[in-house]
Amino acid sequence: MLPIDILTELGKAGGYAVFFLIGAGFGIALELAGFGDSRRLAAQFYLKDMTVLKTMFTAILVACLLIFLSAGIGVLDFSQLAVNQTFLWPGIVGGLIMGVGFIVGGYCPGTSLVASASFKIDGIIFLAGTIIGAGLFGESLASFETFWNSSFTDRFLVSDWLGLSIGATVFIVTIFALMMFYVAEKVEEFFKNKETGKAMSWKITKRPYLYGAVVLVAVAILIWSVGQPDPIRKWKIMESKYSGQLAIKAVFIHPLEYVKTNNESTIKLITLDLRSANDYEAFHLGGSENIKLDDLLNAKFVAPLAQLPPNGVVVLLSDNDSISIKAWQYLKVQGVLNLYILENGLHDWNKLFADKQIHDKAINLASPPAEVLQLFPKNAYIPKIKIGSKKRAGGLCS
Amino acid sequence: MKKIPNKVKNPYFAGTILGFVLYAAFALTHSGLGASGAISRIHVAITKLFWSAHVDHVGTFAAMGAGDRNALDHPSVYLLIGTFAGGLISAWINGRLKVEIFKGSRISNTQRLIFALLGGIIMGYGARFARGCTSGQALSGGAVLSVGSWAFMFSVFIGGYAVAYFVRRLWND
Repeated sequence: MLPIDILTELGKAGGYAVFFLIGAGFGIALELAGFGDSRRLAAQFYLKDMTVLKTMFTAILVACLLIFLSAGIGVLDFSQLAVNQTFLWPGIVGGLIMGVGFIVGGYCPGTSLVASASFKIDGIIFLAGTIIGAGLFGESLASFETFWNSSFTDRFLVSDWLGLSIGATVFIVTIFALMMFYVAEKVEEFFKNKETGKAMSWKITKRPYLYGAVVLVAVAILIWSVGQPDPIRKWKIMESKYSGQLAIKAVFIHPLEYVKTNNESTIKLITLDLRSANDYEAFHLGGSENIKLDDLLNAKFVAPLAQLPPNGVVVLLSDNDSISIKAWQYLKVQGVLNLYILENGLHDWNKLFADKQIHDKAINLASPPAEVLQLFPKNAYIPKIKIGSKKRAGGLCS
Repeated sequence: MKKIPNKVKNPYFAGTILGFVLYAAFALTHSGLGASGAISRIHVAITKLFWSAHVDHVGTFAAMGAGDRNALDHPSVYLLIGTFAGGLISAWINGRLKVEIFKGSRISNTQRLIFALLGGIIMGYGARFARGCTSGQALSGGAVLSVGSWAFMFSVFIGGYAVAYFVRRLWND
């Protein structure tokens, strides 16, 4: 199942080679579009040549349809893709600055690479400028760092913002892109006709364009009607990938390991208690949250869990391991990292800790202190928790 | 090398190829395409040659190349080298490999190069400010429907259109 992690699959050398090849494809596509020529790029801003807009939105639309189609039919796990984090206002300000740089200099970073590669002096000079500019940013950041880190949402999709399903959003994006293409064509025609004196027509004159549009809309409708897999269907698709971890009990942690983790200041521990509200009222672990299994099918509830920092650990507990296992499956396929189950729930808890004393005082059962671990032999449990690194968040811009 | 360069491809065709490349990037590496991150890494690597203590001090530089960390040991750098190679190959095949300066006809070469440098500096600064450039933010984030990336994308166009009139002399025929 995609995505694969090429660096783990092939090692560093092989992985970097694949990055090189993807880059080569990128460079070829940009060059074929004519983006090695600053005049063509600048013309976008004088409405004479809409190549930039057409190429960019075609690429976005094609990739978007491929991603959500393959996610819909279960070939690709969307929760594992890096989605650019939203820093809304810094992004907008940075975008405005870049727009100015674009029209003054005639390139953007990617296109200046292609221009440099084809010996365009202005491209080489522009590229040198971007290196200097990146440096100046680092030097000056301290004076506005608060703003730069403001208006942050980790994984904020247009579908969340619109309150629609991903399928409906993809459909809207498709229609929006096609409308832009139409306008772009007509604007170009307008400027051409102004020179030749031909009358303006609002028809779509190029047949292949019409067919292309029909195909795109059909794919968008297909994506919408297939829908994105819910956690239950997703588990069926991905079972083979994760069920091994459950089978060998690699994700079941001993109460002592829980206590150890809970007392580690470097770890942000989240405990989800799946028992009934009554049982929870009667006794619960300090800091734990009482939830129902169905909550874990709610994307809004799960989002913060999937977006925990790399030192975040989620532990599930219930009366019954089969419920914990279900919960684990639901969360795993939604991209929650570092996810564990408290073995046997709280059944062994009292047995382990009820008679334990520290400095002749009974311990607080709801959150035993780290000292209690010294009352047990070192090999009382097998540690299972491994803090996974979070590759997804970084992306290539960092 | 051919004397007359081939015509550039239809933008929808080139865009479709670009879309497939972008999809391949996501499928094979979790993340999309990018250029500005690697450019920043080149800056850090160069700075480190002359003033390595400074790299350790500035937060964003340190994250890439503090201590014995090699700023260039990162996938984005290999993607950048690939982009360069791809551009070179395609330009060579299509007869566009030629030393020249693209500019509007009303300005001199020197003027063009000064503005290219200035534009590059502004662009490099803005790309770091926005945490990504046209490729890393607009293309990649746009395809996975990130709100921030879409807002960014429109502001690039707005920024360009807002200033275009005032610098039209640069690009006039």
